[in-house]
Amino acid sequence: MKNIFTKGFFSKLILIIAIWAVVALLMVSGVMSRSMQSLMIKICYYTILTLSLDLIVGYLGDLSLGHAAFYLVGAYAGCAVAVYTNLPLLVKFVLALIVGGAAAALVGFLISKAIIKLRGDYLAIVTLAFGEFIRSFVKIIPGLGGTKGLMGIPSFDSRLEGFTLAYIVLILVILVIYNFTHSRHGRTITAIRDNAIASESVGINIKNNKVLVFTIASFMAGMAGVIFGFYKTTLNPSDFTYNLSIEVLVMVVLGGMGSIKGSIIASVIIVALPEVLRGAEDFRMLIYAVALIAMMMLNASPRFTAIKRSFGEKMNGLRAKFKLGGKAK
Amino acid sequence: MSMLKVENLGITFGGLKAVDNLSLEIEKNELYGLIGPNGAGKTTVFNMLTGVYKPTTGKFYLDGEDLTGHSSIEINRKGIARTFQNIRLFGEMTVADNVMVGLNNQMKYSLLDGILRLPKYFSEEREFSKRADELLAVFDLYNDRDTLASNLPYGKQRKLEIARALATSPKLLLLDEPAAGMNPNETAELMNTIRFVREKFDMTILLIEHDMKLVMGICERVTVLNFGTELAKGETSVALNDPQVVKAYLGDD
Repeated sequence: MKNIFTKGFFSKLILIIAIWAVVALLMVSGVMSRSMQSLMIKICYYTILTLSLDLIVGYLGDLSLGHAAFYLVGAYAGCAVAVYTNLPLLVKFVLALIVGGAAAALVGFLISKAIIKLRGDYLAIVTLAFGEFIRSFVKIIPGLGGTKGLMGIPSFDSRLEGFTLAYIVLILVILVIYNFTHSRHGRTITAIRDNAIASESVGINIKNNKVLVFTIASFMAGMAGVIFGFYKTTLNPSDFTYNLSIEVLVMVVLGGMGSIKGSIIASVIIVALPEVLRGAEDFRMLIYAVALIAMMMLNASPRFTAIKRSFGEKMNGLRAKFKLGGKAK
Repeated sequence: MSMLKVENLGITFGGLKAVDNLSLEIEKNELYGLIGPNGAGKTTVFNMLTGVYKPTTGKFYLDGEDLTGHSSIEINRKGIARTFQNIRLFGEMTVADNVMVGLNNQMKYSLLDGILRLPKYFSEEREFSKRADELLAVFDLYNDRDTLASNLPYGKQRKLEIARALATSPKLLLLDEPAAGMNPNETAELMNTIRFVREKFDMTILLIEHDMKLVMGICERVTVLNFGTELAKGETSVALNDPQVVKAYLGDD
């Protein structure tokens, strides 16, 4: 059927490198201000967060309001390793990613085991409470800085290096999620979302699949946390309130749920918006809110969906014309 | 040996006996009907046979193996597949993917094979998507393979549900009111499909139905249920003419 080395693969690879090159060039040449450069890193870890939550909310169809907790566990576990070891920065970063991801995955695994029978509102409330619990709990673990926060995390040597590393992790996450959702395991998960009773009737084990999704998603959220830690160099429990979970959820919903492209676009827009609106001073949050509402309404409007579709078809037509590959209809 | 053997099966919901003392035997490759007025307990029987409900009394055996009290998942893996009275498809997935989900338990590649796209992933995906296409072709759904299941017309949704159930390669197929909501033409077509499935896959079928024409047309034997108890059993034409059955359907007088 499909093969990774189809025409589409190379055009995507070129796109991935081109995006990196443009951002890198803008950074090096100094066109981007410092805050814009930070924004690029921020976009990366937020997109990872959104994509990972989309696995739970969009693909599996469970409402989780505690995503910040997995992010926190990854950040603290990974960054603690970085603080208490003495290794070259790059090695530290990779090690932190693995430890942070694994720690978050372990917590995600245990939590999902505990909440396996909950659905809908109940699940949402329990995950919300769990998020707050973890946030309080981390304050009393010795060696993690308590309420003052974990300090002395090594920082990236430059914004460019930070962006490059975060971007690589992001691409890997996208690749894993794409392959996962297009494998038999991904299919069973969307089947559970669409109809749990029917999926059991064809022999799908709902519990195991839910645990699997929570574990994978929390691993990714944990890695996002590590990037955040290296970028900020201090971690404070107050960085991980439920506000963050909600914010990420907004991105998932705005991205259309169950759509990788949508999640990426939504996170880029929502993360960049406050920064872009900085000039508007007092009106910033107001415009931000209005923009959010407008996007939600547009997303739900059939006419806009039709426009989007016809645009997509045109793009496919263009691609076919220039033999760039892409989905043939 | 009979394919399905049900012995004194019964279930109670807080004092209400929904099904009481049901026994039946279905031979291999037989088409058996389970009929009765509304609320007779037909779907409850299906729910017990597929592990949705645990029977309070009695046992049932598939091909000699006791499956009483097993979970839905195990029962499906042992070889009972079903369709639902109110169609339950994976609406936001394509027609082909619906069948692929049915084939899932026969696919062997691991999570890692899938994420890293190792050769096993490609070979199995290719093999099974071919099998899914063959199955879809049987039900005349091949041209709709990339349509979302929820966008299919009603009759095709019914067919897709049967195709998905067959994809799990069952020994026994349970059809819950397959003709519900169909016009006479669609019902006639469905009868042909069911007969065809039985021959082509050498399938044993147990069928719940309200449409007497369909029942008389294809079922060799039936069991008639009323208020959870067995009213009559045997050759279709004989059982349906039983005075008690006529009374249950049409009232006294």
